[in-house]
Amino acid sequence: MNASISSDNVAVRTVKLRKIYGTNVAVDDLDMELKKGEILGLLGPNGAGKTTTGGMITTRVLPTSGHAYVGGVDVVAHPAEAKLEIGVVPQSNTLDRSLNVIQNLYFHGRYFGIAKKQARSMASELLERFKLSDSATLPVAALSGGMAQRLMVARAIMHSPTVLVLDEPTSGLDPQSRLALWDILRELNRNGQSVLLTTHYMEEADELCDRIAIMDHGKLLAQGTSVELKRDLGGTSSLLMKVGGDPTFLVEKLTAELGADSMTKIISSDGGVKIVGHNVSQLISVAVSSAETLGLRIYDLSLVEPSLETVFINLTGKELRD
Amino acid sequence: MHEMTIEVPNREHTVSIYSYGRVILSLLGRDLAVLKKTAVFFVIRVVMQPLLFVFIFTYVFPKIGQGVGGAGNKEAEFSTLLVAGVVGISIIFQAIQAVALPLVQEFGYTKEIEDRALAPLPTWGLAVEKILSGAIQAIFAGVVVFPIVLFVPATPVHLHIHWLMLITLVPLAAIVSGTLGLTIGTLIPPNQVALIFAIIVLPITFLGAVYYPWASLTPIPWLKDIVLLNPLVYINEGLRAGLTTGVPHMNVAYVYLALVVFAVLLGTISIRGLRKRVVG
Repeated sequence: MNASISSDNVAVRTVKLRKIYGTNVAVDDLDMELKKGEILGLLGPNGAGKTTTGGMITTRVLPTSGHAYVGGVDVVAHPAEAKLEIGVVPQSNTLDRSLNVIQNLYFHGRYFGIAKKQARSMASELLERFKLSDSATLPVAALSGGMAQRLMVARAIMHSPTVLVLDEPTSGLDPQSRLALWDILRELNRNGQSVLLTTHYMEEADELCDRIAIMDHGKLLAQGTSVELKRDLGGTSSLLMKVGGDPTFLVEKLTAELGADSMTKIISSDGGVKIVGHNVSQLISVAVSSAETLGLRIYDLSLVEPSLETVFINLTGKELRD
Repeated sequence: MHEMTIEVPNREHTVSIYSYGRVILSLLGRDLAVLKKTAVFFVIRVVMQPLLFVFIFTYVFPKIGQGVGGAGNKEAEFSTLLVAGVVGISIIFQAIQAVALPLVQEFGYTKEIEDRALAPLPTWGLAVEKILSGAIQAIFAGVVVFPIVLFVPATPVHLHIHWLMLITLVPLAAIVSGTLGLTIGTLIPPNQVALIFAIIVLPITFLGAVYYPWASLTPIPWLKDIVLLNPLVYINEGLRAGLTTGVPHMNVAYVYLALVVFAVLLGTISIRGLRKRVVG
């Protein structure tokens, strides 16, 4: 295997990447690709192997076998060079507690070969951009969780890495800080920053990521955009309408209305009808007008759409939440 | 966050030609900045041990007639031979403190070490930096001892300095001490560092030929042999050769050889230890 691969459009690539701890296969022959300029979310429950995968890509965990390339650099063969290509925001606070806030950025810049004067000015600029200027000379222990997180993002991007890797960046953050971090990541991404983030929050993957890779038991189960995953693997959606009176005629009428579309099922259900199929949301008006035509009063109307949760259940037979 | 603009810095500006040496220097710069912040504590830490040592053994004892090493001229001899021991003990003690203690925080549950481990350097480079950082602080500690041992003792101290030996031996001793600090810091679980001092630092210092030349252990042959596993013995014997005449000392060739062997051996163990801690 060559030390580097052609990497015009690829920020991160893993080839049969595997990590075994004792007898536990934490990551199982993972083949994954992060294109330049995209935000890829690695979604899965705790223990799925997301953090281990992120660790291997960022030189912090040594793979048992397989390869990982960042910006074309083999992270196992050339870890020092690979570190130039990656910016890491780990799960825990790894800020240098012996230094103050601005020194954390200044020395990070120095480690990455940025000249003293420039490191100083870049550190100030970054604090300004991340709204931390008022805390510049505070010890890092004085920062709130959200502020420490922003400082770690600033530190991670200071040396212009090919990819920014964040491990469960919003777990433990209050909702406001979470939204602020999403804004920051979107803004960075708009400016061309490739981002790999691991998360066990579906809404985070859904809201933020261009593509989502779903992982469980060390294996990649599916990847695609949120829309693709829901369409292909989310299963059906269902529309439930409760009416006063006998729903039998309503079922007959709706079956006649939809006629040829055999993909959509209409079932009599507990004082109402249930319409199950793809894109049943489009049938709301038909269902309502049919009921009204029959003089039936509508008590309740609910729509259950496919979500990443149903995608995950369909893939693994279990729920994503712990 | 409506009008926020965060630019991705331009790569050409930030990463130019880099070398491991430069990264190591910048990490040393960081250690120096931390040291400056705590300069007062650092000086106290460095000065206290040798000061008390010299004060008790070479000022108080002779004054109260509890001479160590005999009476009269012997007291002066003891003060003289103790100089090397106090320099040696300061070097090894400071290096262990400077390298091993911060690792307790860095290896703690937040893994703060990653802040430095992600610098564009192989893990061995980070190990070299930590060893050098400890060695520099140890050299400083060794140098501080000289004014203390010259002015505190009640009896005169007669030094005959072999400069070439001193200039080569002190840095070598400091590097060996740095590798020892890193070995201890990486092999022993962070929460048991207090134990380090009981089971490693105390035996090393008490059995390190500090208060007596190694040759004078001849009446206790088993001890004379066993202390040869202690790097401080070679450091002190070498310093005795470099600082005094008339005090017996080990063949200087053995001193250099042993210290180089210790540096290589402990260096290798500590690099492995650090890699194990840093890379999962």
